[in-house]
Amino acid sequence: MAAADRVGVVFVSHSARIAEGLVELARQMAPLARLVAAGGTDDGRIGTSFDLVNAGIAEADAGAGVVILCDLGSAILTAETALDFLDDETRARVRIVDAPLVEGGVAAAVAAEAGDGLDEVVAAAESARAPAGGAGATETGVDAASVAAPPTKAAPHATHTRQVTLINADGLHARPAAELVKLASTFGQRVTVNGTDAKSLLGIMSLGLTKGATIVIASDDPDGREAVDAIAALAESGFGEH
Amino acid sequence: MGLDITWAVDWVRRSADVIAEHRVELIKLDREIGDGDHGENMDRGFQAVLPKLDDLPAGSTPGDVLKLVATTLISTVGGAAGPLYGTAYLKGAVAAGSATSLDGSAIAAVLTAARDGIVLRGKAESGDKTMVDAWTPAAEAADAAASNGSDVAAVLGAAADAAATGSDATIPLVARKGRASYLGERSAGHRDPGAQSSALLLRAAAEAASAAAGA
Repeated sequence: MAAADRVGVVFVSHSARIAEGLVELARQMAPLARLVAAGGTDDGRIGTSFDLVNAGIAEADAGAGVVILCDLGSAILTAETALDFLDDETRARVRIVDAPLVEGGVAAAVAAEAGDGLDEVVAAAESARAPAGGAGATETGVDAASVAAPPTKAAPHATHTRQVTLINADGLHARPAAELVKLASTFGQRVTVNGTDAKSLLGIMSLGLTKGATIVIASDDPDGREAVDAIAALAESGFGEH
Repeated sequence: MGLDITWAVDWVRRSADVIAEHRVELIKLDREIGDGDHGENMDRGFQAVLPKLDDLPAGSTPGDVLKLVATTLISTVGGAAGPLYGTAYLKGAVAAGSATSLDGSAIAAVLTAARDGIVLRGKAESGDKTMVDAWTPAAEAADAAASNGSDVAAVLGAAADAAATGSDATIPLVARKGRASYLGERSAGHRDPGAQSSALLLRAAAEAASAAAGA
């Protein structure tokens, strides 16, 4: 998929360096996504700039939509004001997401990289609202993702299951987790990893899987075999790290 | 007698003067409960409007002046005050429409629209220790004065008085919106800088109206 077809992500921060740093961080996992930094004022001070946010939206918008993530108060006000000035057609595909800037931004970037639509990218960013780590994050990640995915319950009797031992020295850290989510997102069927939605980056990362851990890849979809096998093969290959 | 373009331009010039004059006071207020940039940001914004006043085309209306202030503040202020005041002036400009002269009722409508714009943008309510605590009593006082048939200078005078009282009333409040809300109980005992700058700007509007009436 060409970058032109992807949803764009704009990071609005009071600090130019925070916004640029976030693009740099997210770019590691989403090298092709349209990620734009809109931090600081026009003349490089701490603050937010209507003109920079406006230009950022234009740069990020390829027609598939734009997700905006903001830091403190006035960043949201500036972004909302910028939306007011857009024409109706453009405004309809631009969303300000209330989510943590770092976690939400990375999740949105990965979803955008995978070619997800606007609603899915918004859901991915919102999945970061739960407290970091723990069961809460995992559950919320699953819930948010299932808004977009068909509302199937996690099946106690999965139709297709594969079990793989994680061989990566650093465990399932950000980059391989993103690879897994990107691959899972290319399939229409619902797939889980240790019970967590394989399309939820934050859900997968919060599993905290280390080297030697057993990964259970499962799908209760009758057509899920291909997806399960592909993810199992990716895991067995060490996510390209070996 | 209504207020025309001359009043609108005079209001902006007086606003720039009064904000420059109170720049340090606003910085000090904001430093106590915010990030300390309100005076500097507002000063930069209004100073940026001044040269643009000279470029207004002939036949411009008070609404055109308000719109010019709106777009300039949105682009230059940088803090929360940019979008908040920008939206206020923009909604005020829409309420003023293309009228060349604004009477008491029209001015009350402009102030009410501006207040509604601030509420829409900032989602603050009365008592949250924000600009709204100056603007809501100001809009209500203007509306009451206009309904009583007061002249336009008296309408703005009533609004300015109410805004000043509203600004004073923010002192004991605990902030529930904006940067000051992070301080919780510690925000009590300090005047809200946004309510204070609002009171200053409305006083400038009233003084410009008195000057126009005396001319």
